[in-house]
Amino acid sequence: MCRASNWRPWAGYLAAGSYDLYHDREYWAIRNAAGLIDVSPLYKYLIRGPDAVRFLDRLVTRNVSKCRVGRVMYTPWCDGDGKVIDDGTLARLDENVFRLTSADPSLLWFHDNAAGMDVSFEDTSDSTAALALQGPNSRKILDAVSAPGIDGLGFFGVMDMELGGIQVSVSRTGYTGDLGYEIWVDAEKAIPLWDTLMEAGRSYGIAPTGLMALDMARIEAGLILVTVDYVPTHQALLEEQKSTPLELGLAWTVDLGKERFVGRNALARQAETGLEWQLRGLEIDWVSLEEAYGTVGLPPMVPSASWRTSVPVYDGRSQVGYATSGCWSPLLKKYIALVHLRGSAGVPGTALEMEVTVEHQRLRASATVVETPFFDPPRKRG
Amino acid sequence: MGREAAYDAIVIGGGHNGLTTAAYLARAGRNVLVLERRHLVGGSTVTEEVFPGFKFSVLSYVVSLLRPEIIRELQLPRHGLEILPLESTFTPLPDGDRLVRWADHDQTRREIYRHSPLDADAYDRFGQLMYRMALAVKPILSMVPPDPTSMSPKDLRGMLRLGKHLRDLGEADFFMLYKLMTMSSADFLDEWFETDPLKATMSASGIIGTFLGPRSPGTAYVQLHHYMGEIDGAFRAWGFARGGTGALAESIASAARELGVTIRENASVGQVIVRGGRAVGVAMEDGEEIRASTVVSGLDPRRTFLSLVDESDLPPDFVRSIRRYRSVGSSGKVNLALGELPNFTSLPGDGDHLRGAISVSPSQDYLERAYDDAKYGEFSRRPYMDVIIPSLIDPGMAPPGKHVMSCFVQYAPYALNGGWNDEKREAFGDTVVDTLSEYAPNLRSAIIHRQVVTPQDMEDEFGLTGGNIFHGELSLQQLFFLRPAPRWANYRTPVRGLYLCGSGTHPGGGICGGPGRLAALEILKGGSR
Repeated sequence: MCRASNWRPWAGYLAAGSYDLYHDREYWAIRNAAGLIDVSPLYKYLIRGPDAVRFLDRLVTRNVSKCRVGRVMYTPWCDGDGKVIDDGTLARLDENVFRLTSADPSLLWFHDNAAGMDVSFEDTSDSTAALALQGPNSRKILDAVSAPGIDGLGFFGVMDMELGGIQVSVSRTGYTGDLGYEIWVDAEKAIPLWDTLMEAGRSYGIAPTGLMALDMARIEAGLILVTVDYVPTHQALLEEQKSTPLELGLAWTVDLGKERFVGRNALARQAETGLEWQLRGLEIDWVSLEEAYGTVGLPPMVPSASWRTSVPVYDGRSQVGYATSGCWSPLLKKYIALVHLRGSAGVPGTALEMEVTVEHQRLRASATVVETPFFDPPRKRG
Repeated sequence: MGREAAYDAIVIGGGHNGLTTAAYLARAGRNVLVLERRHLVGGSTVTEEVFPGFKFSVLSYVVSLLRPEIIRELQLPRHGLEILPLESTFTPLPDGDRLVRWADHDQTRREIYRHSPLDADAYDRFGQLMYRMALAVKPILSMVPPDPTSMSPKDLRGMLRLGKHLRDLGEADFFMLYKLMTMSSADFLDEWFETDPLKATMSASGIIGTFLGPRSPGTAYVQLHHYMGEIDGAFRAWGFARGGTGALAESIASAARELGVTIRENASVGQVIVRGGRAVGVAMEDGEEIRASTVVSGLDPRRTFLSLVDESDLPPDFVRSIRRYRSVGSSGKVNLALGELPNFTSLPGDGDHLRGAISVSPSQDYLERAYDDAKYGEFSRRPYMDVIIPSLIDPGMAPPGKHVMSCFVQYAPYALNGGWNDEKREAFGDTVVDTLSEYAPNLRSAIIHRQVVTPQDMEDEFGLTGGNIFHGELSLQQLFFLRPAPRWANYRTPVRGLYLCGSGTHPGGGICGGPGRLAALEILKGGSR
């Protein structure tokens, strides 16, 4: 099925970069129909016990006691200095049962923080598979398989159901910023489930979708990627490489009203003193890009896939930040990037410049600081 | 006196450090002679065809600590140096299980996870920590140790630089470094891991070449010493020199020759000639005398000062320090020529697990018990072993289809009860084969030839005092400004014009070259201490 044989290592698995030789159709499936993405390599932990809420409230920055059964929260978690270790989604499956996803292995950190609490951890990373069905037609496809109650499942809701005779947990979450679902299933049933969804999705333009298309979609949605847009503290070699959630534009996930959680005091201090760095969106100006390419007599060339290298961003003569990932958005018809900006450079509307390499020469293109997400359709929540 | 010096410098001993010193001196325009007692250069870094068609790295067998600046400055790749990767560490276990650490991070994680999910997480964090610790210690490796008791501007500057470096480490790393300097590797690893074979295999690098067990304080530092090696900028990477370690020494010799160094093999020095407190040349064992304004010894400190220099030319307290300098061998080497590959019960067949290190270190108790035997003068009944099969990495080491196997074996005490003799040597070899056969039953019948090197052999044939592979224990009391003796850690000696450049000086043993290079740079600065 992976005609491109384009496999990429991801957390000890090989995942498809694209299934087709060219990922374009897969990208458009996400925005126009539905893409089916195997996101099984995510780390998935079940956290259970009478102290599960207490433990999680200590671990993560959001207020877990406010998370009702059947709801999901996106949340980062931090070290004692308030620097982000990882981020993921936290689903409350039952009163005392949660599922937390992470990009990096987290078991040891959980144990380190669970001293004296009645809570247990089950690493279901290998035993649970995850399929993301993302795009405007995703709900219709689930309906076509017959998914009772799916229409009532709100944004960031989670419920158990049977899909084509297979017991699954469905959350209305995803990494595309679009209408979409993530389906959590016993690993042994993942292939029959994939086939069921592909079969039902055929009339709705479903496409098996790889990570290249997913990466473009998540940049449009302004969703950050660990190790690309920020360095998790456990991997950082320098203090300066670490970021707090506030610096990553995740202030909305930090509940300083909570009396205690790991990193709280440092974050409260930072909330008071202000931020040196902020994560923002950057829109690169087309006309300026045209001029840059015009110097060598070429029309503007935009990247056909997303990139994830550090690219300097300038204000006049001084570098005020760096872009960590970017892509041409075929949907928005804009060249966009996620950037870390220092001080007042992070104010939306600020005119800056991003380095572009044109025929081996480093030039600059004008760009404007914007709020993320770049793309936020009503159907995501609707 | 009076006679014209034939050379600017004579280097005694053509080991990898002696050759390095010679090359750097010649590079600065000095006229240099290297005198090597054996028929080939390399010292403990030699490849020899002991059995027709089979090449053994007789003693040292892997490369990692070799200072990158030496590779660069002496242009060793142009002189034939090729370092091939040793990608994995395979620890076969007596119960038929195994632990393998692979080149691929995720594959290693999966394997450790099989033994302990928590250890799989801890392993990454531990690696991160050791990386930072290696970064912290690395600048010290390239530094001439200052004398902390001296008020000379040079030493004060050195101490200041050291102090600033330690302060810049930051609190957490400083305290961690302190723990590493003082703890046993077993205790240090117990703070991180629960999987016994993992801890044992990791702590093994804390005991290599030392007469200590994994539970002896100080071994955590030796472990770090092994983390500091780097290949192409990657820490803790170990490689295999194509053609064996002798080819590495030969590449330095080639660079030295090109720079104008004269190398004489079969040239055994009997005495350093001292006139008026100054070294003026050497007297060969055959009576020939060769004059030079500088004499550099690549031999270990005890051999240099207790047999090549007349004691009356040295201050008594210095002689006492050198007598106290611990240089006790703890390891042996068994090199096998094989008709076929060993077939391990816990991971049968040919595979990538044979292309890296094979570590016989099933548990910490196993290692400590092996040490217990040695403490009381016996070789370990079941020794720790670090085994590689060079012919799988470099096919040129053995005839097609045949193999060579290098077994570093610990413990084999130098002071064996009753002393070493041919019978004991063979019994030791049998123990090694018996131990390995428990994991790879076909080994015994695959052996075509066997070379057994005891610590006694290392002393007799290779000139390593006490058979210590590092020219003296890498323990804290004889490192940095105490190596080899207080106040004499800057490659100079109480005899003017006589310098040390071997592993018995900072930064110490292993195929490192650091001592050789730093000694040359000090010699070129001139002056006394």
